[in-house]
Amino acid sequence: MTQPLSVENVTAHYGTTKVLEDLSLSVAAGELVSLLGASGCGKTTTLRLIAGFLEPTSGQITLGGRDLTRLPAYRRDIGLVFQNYALFPHLSVLDNVAFGLKQRGVGSSERDGKAQAMLERVGLSGLSDRLPGALSGGQKQRVALARALVIEPPLLMFDEPLSNLDAKLRIDMRVEIRQLQRANGTTSVYVTHDQEEAFSISDRVAIMNAGRIMQFDTPENLYQRPANAFVARFVGFENLVAMRVVARDGDQVTAEAAGGTRLELSQARFGAIPDRFVLATRPDGLAVSADPNAQGIPAKLGLRTYLGRAYQYQCETEAGHLIANGTLSTPLEPGNPARLVPVPDQCCVLDAE
Amino acid sequence: MNTTMPRSLVAFAAVVYVFLVGPLIIVIGAALSDTSYLTFPPQGLTFRWFENIFEISAFRRTIVTSMQLAFLATGLGLLVGIPAAYALNRHRIQLPSWLSTVFVLPILVPEIVLGFSLLKSVAVGASLPIFLSLLIGHTLIVLPYCVRVISASLSSFDFSIEEAAISLGSRPAKTFFTIVLPNVRSGVIAAFILAFITSINDVSTSLFLTGPGISTLPIQILAHVEQFFDPTIASVSVLLMVLTVAVMAIVERTLGLTFLTK
Repeated sequence: MTQPLSVENVTAHYGTTKVLEDLSLSVAAGELVSLLGASGCGKTTTLRLIAGFLEPTSGQITLGGRDLTRLPAYRRDIGLVFQNYALFPHLSVLDNVAFGLKQRGVGSSERDGKAQAMLERVGLSGLSDRLPGALSGGQKQRVALARALVIEPPLLMFDEPLSNLDAKLRIDMRVEIRQLQRANGTTSVYVTHDQEEAFSISDRVAIMNAGRIMQFDTPENLYQRPANAFVARFVGFENLVAMRVVARDGDQVTAEAAGGTRLELSQARFGAIPDRFVLATRPDGLAVSADPNAQGIPAKLGLRTYLGRAYQYQCETEAGHLIANGTLSTPLEPGNPARLVPVPDQCCVLDAE
Repeated sequence: MNTTMPRSLVAFAAVVYVFLVGPLIIVIGAALSDTSYLTFPPQGLTFRWFENIFEISAFRRTIVTSMQLAFLATGLGLLVGIPAAYALNRHRIQLPSWLSTVFVLPILVPEIVLGFSLLKSVAVGASLPIFLSLLIGHTLIVLPYCVRVISASLSSFDFSIEEAAISLGSRPAKTFFTIVLPNVRSGVIAAFILAFITSINDVSTSLFLTGPGISTLPIQILAHVEQFFDPTIASVSVLLMVLTVAVMAIVERTLGLTFLTK
């Protein structure tokens, strides 16, 4: 069973505080979408709205054409996996998994059979008689997953499901979650603050800030083509230089940054460049060159750190503090002048805000 | 003994134990004494003071009244206290903190004052029947224990467990009974025991609210002591202890079992 989810123009308040503003999100049938952002950005609020634990002030939520907006949570048929597992402490693993089936009036033998089969799918067949307290964190999260999946929900939602697990297990579990989700084709919404987790597991990711979606796109596009300064910073474009075009000559553009630094940029390589823009780069996108005539931003090198694949320099320029990476073959000494050359396919031209 | 404890500490602990257990032993001893006055250590051995309790009709009546009151007041206390504790914890963030403090007020006010104000307002003012006034008074003094003890239990309860059940299709009201309550069982049992003991032992509040024909056991004990000094008092006290312990045991068993079989 797989259905599309649509959240349309939803606004929500906690008391008088607006926590979500005119948020829209559509998740295609069978798709896994992550809501990514720092705590307080509204991602968990969005999940709770879809689950029915919060009511929106305005807007509409539909799942497969069914309007959920005013439907009580217990009638929404949504599988939920919580950060702290939320297993029923007084029920055995099997009864935990069978709980949702029991609510649906499934007879006890069929119910136990289905629950047992689901426990096998998540690799926990031997533990059905245990109480949750006797399980490890990873096992608990598997029970929670089985419990949510066994009711064959049209929508599965995860609220930071892996953040209580250690790093190694976290990676294993996210692969497992993705495989199970793919195999079942269940439409899924996944809330996390971990960028790597979101990017690795999702078809699309919505990066959120202050109750709004800043960009909703595939991980590849978010990582390579952030749409705005917030997303750029979020995905690691640490250097943002505000620039303005001072001259155009066909494809060639001359742009000036604060402090008078000028750069020649080719639109063929950097894409269309508006009159005012922000040049965003990761440290890898600014090559450190000792050549004083290089086409780059004049800088004074500061602290050098060793990254294994490159040296990283803290640089002082007239356009501000920038971080750039230089090759291992030519280590440069702090205090020396250098040029920071933007690498076209690792730079982004963003509209000025 | 491998671990060495300072002798002074052992002595101190022993003294504490003596003071805790001492009164119990003295009361039991005095109840069995074959003398017509209270004495310890007992002289001779008899159960006639226990028989005597049942020959005095005032004791028979007040034992029944006290038990009825204790059960009803505890029941009401839990009936009000469980939902109150639930609401206070579930919505802890949204609710002002003084709301939970209000539930402690009845034990903050000296019970004598509480009894007096209830006499003025409920018994005389609203001229309610004596038993009803007593029930209101006892419910008031057991309520703080119910709310506090169950709150303590609920404060470690993760409410996302409740949400998990609701998301799986369980109605909120049903979820409360099948998921929330079983997980605060020990708190409910503790609250029951504390409330029951508080009610059955209460003197100060009851003193003002008892009236012609209706009294509680502790008040009757007090009245009896004022006139007689025989070991009946001791035997009644022993009976009260036995009843209390019996109720505790039954509560623990039945509450424990019903929740286990669910």
